[in-house]
Amino acid sequence: MPEQYKLILKHADEPGYTPDLGCYLRHGGYEALKKAFATSPRALADGKSLSPQEVVRDDVKASGLRGRGGAGFSAGLKWSFVDRRSGKPIYLICNADESEPGTFKDRQIMHKDPHQLIEGMIISCWANDVKLAYIYIRGEMPHGAKLLEQALAEARNAGFLGKNILGTGYNLEIYVHRGAGAYICGEETGLIESLEGKRAYPRIKPPYFPAVLGLYMCPTIVNNVETLCHVKHIVTMGAGEYAKLGTPNNTGTRIVSLSGDVKQPGYYEIEVGKVTLGQLINDANFGGGLKPGRSLKAVIPGGSSSKVLKAGEVFKLNRKGADGQMTKVDVPMLDLPYDFDSLQAAGTMSGSSAIIVLDDSRSMVETLANLAEFYAHESCGQCTPCREGALWLAKGLHRLSHGEGRKADAEYLSHIAQNIQGRTICAFGEAAAWPVLSFIKKFKDEFEAQGAADEAAHAKGAGPSHELKLAASPNQH
Amino acid sequence: MSFAVSAQLEARLDELTTHYPVKRSASLMFLHALQEEFGHISPEAVEWTARKLGLQPINVYELVTFYPMFRQERVGKTHVKVCRTLSCALAGSASIREHFCKKLGLDAHAHTPQTTPDGKFTVEFVECLAACGTAPVVLVNENLHEQVTTAKADAILAGGV
Repeated sequence: MPEQYKLILKHADEPGYTPDLGCYLRHGGYEALKKAFATSPRALADGKSLSPQEVVRDDVKASGLRGRGGAGFSAGLKWSFVDRRSGKPIYLICNADESEPGTFKDRQIMHKDPHQLIEGMIISCWANDVKLAYIYIRGEMPHGAKLLEQALAEARNAGFLGKNILGTGYNLEIYVHRGAGAYICGEETGLIESLEGKRAYPRIKPPYFPAVLGLYMCPTIVNNVETLCHVKHIVTMGAGEYAKLGTPNNTGTRIVSLSGDVKQPGYYEIEVGKVTLGQLINDANFGGGLKPGRSLKAVIPGGSSSKVLKAGEVFKLNRKGADGQMTKVDVPMLDLPYDFDSLQAAGTMSGSSAIIVLDDSRSMVETLANLAEFYAHESCGQCTPCREGALWLAKGLHRLSHGEGRKADAEYLSHIAQNIQGRTICAFGEAAAWPVLSFIKKFKDEFEAQGAADEAAHAKGAGPSHELKLAASPNQH
Repeated sequence: MSFAVSAQLEARLDELTTHYPVKRSASLMFLHALQEEFGHISPEAVEWTARKLGLQPINVYELVTFYPMFRQERVGKTHVKVCRTLSCALAGSASIREHFCKKLGLDAHAHTPQTTPDGKFTVEFVECLAACGTAPVVLVNENLHEQVTTAKADAILAGGV
């Protein structure tokens, strides 16, 4: 039976482990930073050599580390895009705006082990010649912000931050910046606008790639909390050893946030791809299975924006056989290894590694109505298809879930969603559209039946055809 | 009530502006601090912030209206934010909100934040608070309450946390 593999959360939940510097130092804290500073230049085959900073950057690339925020893009590649010749300062921002529904992993790190994040940040900043960095933490985490500020002050006093860090001559300042309740700030260019003191309207790419034209139009790196923590461990372990964790192209560990209809919701750190979706949901040392008497209906596998998976679905995935040949193999949904590539191959994504489990007592219409209301509330309003469309989706689904539906609503809602995705400046358009498209595609009968029942009830002059179970939520629009 | 920022708060905010190469960046942190101090963001607070940061009032006002955490109206001393989003909804957050409203004599069907006439409590639905593993969750002022039951909700109201 697969088990948790605690790398990032190794100490966080140990009894007596506290978020202060003393405790962190007693657990080997800031040794990775010292090791990074002591990195030797590396000679290359072509006679050139890499500077110590370039060595660390190279190691992050070689480790295979992929972004833990949602997109799963190679962190080393992201760093390699940074424009280092512009003569402008390079900024680093830690994206701690954890707000993808279902996700609560960065919260654990920041509240229980803030120095781990700070050490990862200092190493990342040093490796990228960054002199000024920010932690953009969501506004709803005031305690986290205070803990981080406290930890930064401790690090400053101990000489890990500020001028001439550990006598190396390297200067770095890190400040905490609080968001104020807008989901769109998790989008990196929206976050940058917000950090500039503006409304968080995402920027259009090209030309505004953060690596070139980011904060104050300077080259900027935006990395997720968990991603930056991994940098520390890559330095400690070495890229080669780190890459042995997880599976090829899906290296390292990941903290999975599990919520919804399971017996033991919570966060579980696993080697990427070494545990299947089914094991995460059902094994005793993870989700512990569904509640008594319930069966699985659907799984939202990577945060609310990911496409839903239906119980019983089977996917055709490429698998390398013993002879090294790729063959197509049938993989049932619950046997999908929980990693970046497998979920992508199954037509969805591991996103922010947040799994929301839905059992057979749930109405897919109500569930989707709940999500649609979130996206309608959080659309920044910059692009018309998203601003209007997300609202239409929420209104349509509110109607359908409150006994005013029509059989044609399923088609109507899909049509709206199709006209949002791909027509917006940022990926929020897809985030709003994908749940709708996937729910309706995979549970079309349920949507149509509900609409048809409403029509029939109306024709008879009767009340709503069904009872609300989940929401009874006031429509905010 | 006149709007007066204490010398102490002003010094703290002046220090904050040194964190950024461009003063405007400090806007959100200013608004957080002013809201904490005064309970809401008044037009005077908007103008004061704009003056301090060398901006037009509209540059600040547009932040107050864009970011959900900023409010232009006073709220109760105890501000109850119930998470509305999916994992909490699955765990019954709608009935928790309804319970709060009924106990306080507020309209559970209203769309906007509800405040008791004595100004002690405000109850509202907010979007995901990133604590889905311990749903349903409620943020009361700065304190997160997890796995909230109706009994816990009563304790929150009794304690005025």
